[in-house]
Amino acid sequence: MSDQTTPDRERALHLFKQMLRVRRMEEKCAEMYSAQKIRGFLHLYIGEEAIAVGVMESLRDDDAVVATYREHGHALVKGMSMNCLMAEMYGKMSGCSRGRGGSMHLFSKKHRLYGGNAIVGGGIPLATGLALADKMQGRDRVTVCFFGEGAVAEGEFHESMNLAELWNLPVLFCCENNLYAMGTALDRSESQPDIHLKAASYGMHSSQVDGMNVREVEKAAKSAVDAVRRGEGPRFIELRTFRYRAHSMFDAELYRTKTEVQQWRERDPLANYLDYLEREDLVDDDELARIEQEVIEEVEQAVEYAENADWEPVEELTRFVYSEEKE
Amino acid sequence: MSAETITYREAVRRAMCSAMSEDPRVFLMGEDVGAYGGCYAVSKGMLDEFGEQRVRDTPLSESGFVGAGIGAAIGGMRPIVEIMTVNFSLLALDQIVNTAATFLHMSGGQFNVPVVIRMATGGGKQLAAQHSHSLEGWYAHIPGIKVAVPATIEDARWMLATALEDPDPVLIFEHAALYNMEGELPEDGAPVDLEKAVVHRQGNDVSLITYGGSLHKCLEAADQLAEDGISAEVVDLRMLRPLDTEALVETVTKTHRAVIVDEGWKTGSISAEITTRLVEEAFYELDAPVARVCTEEVPIPYAKHLEDAAIPQVPDILDAVRKVVEHHV
Repeated sequence: MSDQTTPDRERALHLFKQMLRVRRMEEKCAEMYSAQKIRGFLHLYIGEEAIAVGVMESLRDDDAVVATYREHGHALVKGMSMNCLMAEMYGKMSGCSRGRGGSMHLFSKKHRLYGGNAIVGGGIPLATGLALADKMQGRDRVTVCFFGEGAVAEGEFHESMNLAELWNLPVLFCCENNLYAMGTALDRSESQPDIHLKAASYGMHSSQVDGMNVREVEKAAKSAVDAVRRGEGPRFIELRTFRYRAHSMFDAELYRTKTEVQQWRERDPLANYLDYLEREDLVDDDELARIEQEVIEEVEQAVEYAENADWEPVEELTRFVYSEEKE
Repeated sequence: MSAETITYREAVRRAMCSAMSEDPRVFLMGEDVGAYGGCYAVSKGMLDEFGEQRVRDTPLSESGFVGAGIGAAIGGMRPIVEIMTVNFSLLALDQIVNTAATFLHMSGGQFNVPVVIRMATGGGKQLAAQHSHSLEGWYAHIPGIKVAVPATIEDARWMLATALEDPDPVLIFEHAALYNMEGELPEDGAPVDLEKAVVHRQGNDVSLITYGGSLHKCLEAADQLAEDGISAEVVDLRMLRPLDTEALVETVTKTHRAVIVDEGWKTGSISAEITTRLVEEAFYELDAPVARVCTEEVPIPYAKHLEDAAIPQVPDILDAVRKVVEHHV
């Protein structure tokens, strides 16, 4: 198959590498969690990499991202260094939030990543407001808001859909529907399990996409981001996906079967994309080995960076409760 | 110094109009603020003057529009978000407490939140339990936000400017019973230092420590006490967070007796915090136990006689002061 959307070689490898960076970083996070280097809650994105990568490829550097507590992947592919992410998970001062946020609260002003929000649905009004600010200031930036399907039960989801559509705001809502809100299956908590229909009920342009296929995610996201940037108002994409790991490291995962997990693993975004690359002759074994090696080195360096980083002095505990300088 | 007599409502309106004229980043959003003119008529005429982009009517979705205000602030605007009453602000607690108050610290100092959230508070207008409560003391519990309580015409006019200049979230509580109050607005007003309490009346025998709607009851009580030869000092806190502890210690060091008047409930209230600070910082200055005049521990009732009985009134203040003054160690 070859059409105009077929990526060129370099680009194809870039997408694959981005997904691989997210996966290998998180596998290392799980390992470091077991080694008690990383503490607190740790929510892994493994299985969902195609979404962050596909969506972020459609953005400009000055576009904003609002994410959830499962945001390592978003932060990394938005351009933040693996070093500052790993240091943050260690709780070190050179972490992206000076060790005050941890895994669930990654922030970067430079990359316009506005968290890392551990309140389900809490980031949706925030993204709506960021988009409002852009619109009122006449900037053609886009705000992308990621949230899980569990968030659609929150009032803030509905309030924000209404406001964003009513005010025609430049925001793209990306619902990462991994079918389980912590341990509760979607059909146990939602009267209408087709999430994209909820956004459509507010008059919003809304679609459903295979979140395991990076090419489809990218295509849908690009079209949506372009429309939002043209001033056509908010867009909504429901991305069907699955997390292979438990909700967090504390989750015994008694609510779903191994068979179900296995079935989704067969649709793995990395493995399937690699198959496609091989089929299209876009990658050879040497390149693949080189990419793997580069990613492994990056991960090892990030761990070393985090290990060697300093702790913030306790004397600085009360900094940043209020701003240190008036404007 | 010349002065003009205006209402508290007009003072707030002027503050908003002048802020919007001076800074294109400032805009007002909230329920009924535009076409209706504000449920307390505070923003009347502003829609015509500034247009729909800057005077934005919102749906009845407090969490959504307060959150959007917070987002807009982070995005470079200077929103004034109006919530009809403090009771409704509870629907937006998540956004205020979990987002606005935490963002700067949680991001390691990267994102400040220059939002101003105004709301009406307090009882006295027979609006019953769900429109009459005084919950500003709750908000004062939260690090990361500031809590301002303008009690006078001058503060109603000038506190907003200071709040808008503040890089952090400021909540402004306007007592609903004050909107019709008239008073003099000096012509040479300027943005006020939000962190300083003000002594409205000097005295030597007892300190009446209060804020917001209760200030005027305390001033009235002080007039009556003066007739009995009791000299009461009246301190207006103006801010509940940060609390001007220095001013508290100073007044008690002078009078050696304190009565705190707070329209919140006594249990876990800001008056409890003030009492504790006096005990911690000025224990040996006290010649009598600290007394508190607070709202009865009931949801505020509708019937006038019951509502009056529930919230602090001048006779309650007089009783408390007399007991404190008569107390001998």
